[in-house]
Amino acid sequence: MASHTDFEKYKSDGTLQGNLLEWIDARFPATSMWRGHLSEYYAPKNFNFWYFFGSLAIVVLVIQIVTGIFLVMHYKPDASINANGIPVAFASVEYIMRDVSWGWLIRYMHSTGASAFFVVVYLHMFRGMLYGSYRQPRELIWIFGTLIFLCLMAEAFMGYLLPWGQMSFWGAQVIVNLFSAIPLVGEPLSIWIRGDFVVGDATLNRFFSFHVIALPLVLLGLIAAHILALHEVGSNNPDGVEIKKRKDVHGNPLDGIPFHPYYTVKDIVGVVVFLMVFSIIVFFAPEGGGYLLEYNNFFPADPLKTPPHIAPVWYFTPYYSLLRAMVWPLFGLDAKFWGVVAMGAGVVILIFLPWLDRSPVKSIRYRGPIFKTLLTLFVISFVILGFLGTQPPSYAFFGVIPGAPIAQIMSAYYFLFFLTMPWWSKIDKYKPEPDRVTM
Amino acid sequence: MSNECKVDGARRRLVVATAAVGGVGAIAAVVPFVASMLPSERAKAAGAPVEVDLGSLESGQMMTVEWRGRPVWIINRTPSMLESLPKLDDAVADPKSEKPMQPAYCRNETRSIKAEILVVVGICTHLGCSPSAKFKKGAEEGMDSAWLGGFLCPCHGSTFDFAGRVFKNKPAPDNLEVPPHTYLSEKRILIGEDKKGA
Repeated sequence: MASHTDFEKYKSDGTLQGNLLEWIDARFPATSMWRGHLSEYYAPKNFNFWYFFGSLAIVVLVIQIVTGIFLVMHYKPDASINANGIPVAFASVEYIMRDVSWGWLIRYMHSTGASAFFVVVYLHMFRGMLYGSYRQPRELIWIFGTLIFLCLMAEAFMGYLLPWGQMSFWGAQVIVNLFSAIPLVGEPLSIWIRGDFVVGDATLNRFFSFHVIALPLVLLGLIAAHILALHEVGSNNPDGVEIKKRKDVHGNPLDGIPFHPYYTVKDIVGVVVFLMVFSIIVFFAPEGGGYLLEYNNFFPADPLKTPPHIAPVWYFTPYYSLLRAMVWPLFGLDAKFWGVVAMGAGVVILIFLPWLDRSPVKSIRYRGPIFKTLLTLFVISFVILGFLGTQPPSYAFFGVIPGAPIAQIMSAYYFLFFLTMPWWSKIDKYKPEPDRVTM
Repeated sequence: MSNECKVDGARRRLVVATAAVGGVGAIAAVVPFVASMLPSERAKAAGAPVEVDLGSLESGQMMTVEWRGRPVWIINRTPSMLESLPKLDDAVADPKSEKPMQPAYCRNETRSIKAEILVVVGICTHLGCSPSAKFKKGAEEGMDSAWLGGFLCPCHGSTFDFAGRVFKNKPAPDNLEVPPHTYLSEKRILIGEDKKGA
C-alpha cells in the first residue's frame, strides 16, 4: 500500500524532538494531519463575528462530554420508588445537587451546556443562511450539519427524561406518542420505543443508554464527517466568493491565512467571552427563569397527573409550535399525524436548502431586497413560533390577539419561505460579487 | 491497471452470492437486538384489573385510580353535567361514539354503564397527556364563556365534554377511551375486566 506521508518533507532536524517526530510520522500521519487541518489549512482572511460559533460548538461538546462522564458516576437510571417514596432516578439527581462535592456545579454546567449547545448551533446555522455556506460545493457539509442538528435534538430529548421529573415524564410521553400517529405501524412502533405500554423504567433505561453511549458516538462521527467535508472544500466566507480561485506561487489561496495560529487565536477570544457568559448563567441563573430548567421538573414524575402547563425546553419550542399548528384532519388522516409531519418536515426541509436557493451569489452582502426582507421575516416568525411554543395554546398577545392562529400563520410562512425559494431567489436583484474577498 | 483485464463471470457471481448470504446473516443478527427493546415478559404480565370502591364518591366528584400505569378517572356526574351532553352533539367530533373507543356496552349517549358514573382513561388521545378537570361553566377556569364544563388537555388544547367526547377541530382525534369495566356490586367496580358478551 502506498504511504500518504512524504518522508522528505517530515525529515528530522537532528534534535531529539525532531527524531521522535520523524519516528512517529513514519508510523502515523501526525505532522501531515497537523498541517492539513491546522497550520496549513487556509481559511479566508475575512472571517467575522459569525464565524465563532463552529469552534464554540466544539467547546460546548467537550463541556457536555466531560460533565456527562462525571454525572454518570452518581446518577441512577431507575424509576422504582425508594424508601422515601421518591423515584430513585429523581433522588439521585437531588443527591448530586446536595451531597456530591461540587455536584451542583457539574450538573448545572451540563444543564446550561444543553441550552448553550442550541444557542451556538442555531447561530452557526443562521450564519450558513446569511452567507450561503450551504451552496455548491458545500452541500454535504450542510447535510451533515442538519443531521448533527437532528442527532442533537434526540440527544437533548433523551437526556431530559433522565432527571425523571414531571416535565421529563410528560415531555417523553408526548414525543414518543408522536410516533403512534404514523398510520399502521405507529402504535407498535411507539411501544417498541418505550419498551412498555407506558413511559416507565424500561424507557428510562434505554434513553440513558442512548443518551450516554449511542447518540454521542453518532454525534462524534457526524462531526468528524462535517469537519472533514469542510476541510476538503475549504471554508466559505462573508463575501461568499471562493478563495481557491486566486492562488499565490506556492498554490495557496491569496486571500487565505493558516487556521493555526490566526484563527485558533481568534477563536480563543471567542471562547473566553463565551465562558464568561456561560459562567454567569451557571453561577447566577442556572434555572434561567424556568426556561433552562423548568420549575415543574423539580417535582418527581407522576404518571397520573400532567402539570397544568407543559412545554418543551426553549430550544424545541419553534418546532413544537409547528406541531400544534396542525389541527385539521386531511386526506382521511388525523390532525395529529399532520402535526408530526409538520414538525419533522420543519427540520428535514433544511436538507434541501442547497437546491432550493437559485441565487447566482451566495452572500447576503450581494443579495437583493427580496432575500433580505424574507430572511428577516423568517427570523421573526421563528422567534414568534418559539415564544408561542413556551405558552399554553390559549395564549393571547396583550390578552386580545389569540396566539393559536398567529402560530398557524407563522408556521405557514416557515414552510413557504423554503418552498417558494426557488422562485423568489431567482427574480431577486443582485449586486456583482467582488473578485476577491473584502475586509 | 491493464484495460485487457477481463471480469471472470463465475467468480463475480460467487462474490455476489457470498455477499448476499452474508448480508442476510447480518440482518438476521439485528433481530435479537431489535426484539430486546420490545416490552419484556414481565412488562406484558403486568396490568391486572383494579377493584375500586365508589362508596365515597359524591355527586359531582371525580377520583383517579391507576390501571396499567395509566390514570383512570371515575366521575359521578350531576344531572346538570348530564344535561350538557345532548346540547354538545353538534360541537363534538364523534357524538354517537362510532369509533371503537369504548366497549359495546358503553356505546350510548352517556358513554357509561350507569348514566351518572363515567369511567374513562384520563389520557388524551392526541399525545398522551392527562387532561385537567375544568368542571365550572363559563370563563371562571380560563375557558371561554360558552364552556359547559369538561376537560382541557394542557399540552395541545384539546377539550372534552363530560362524556369524554372530543370537541371538533382540536388536535385529539378520538374520544377518551372507556376501559373495559364491570360492576361487582352497587358501589364496587372492577376496571380492566368485563363479563363476556355484556
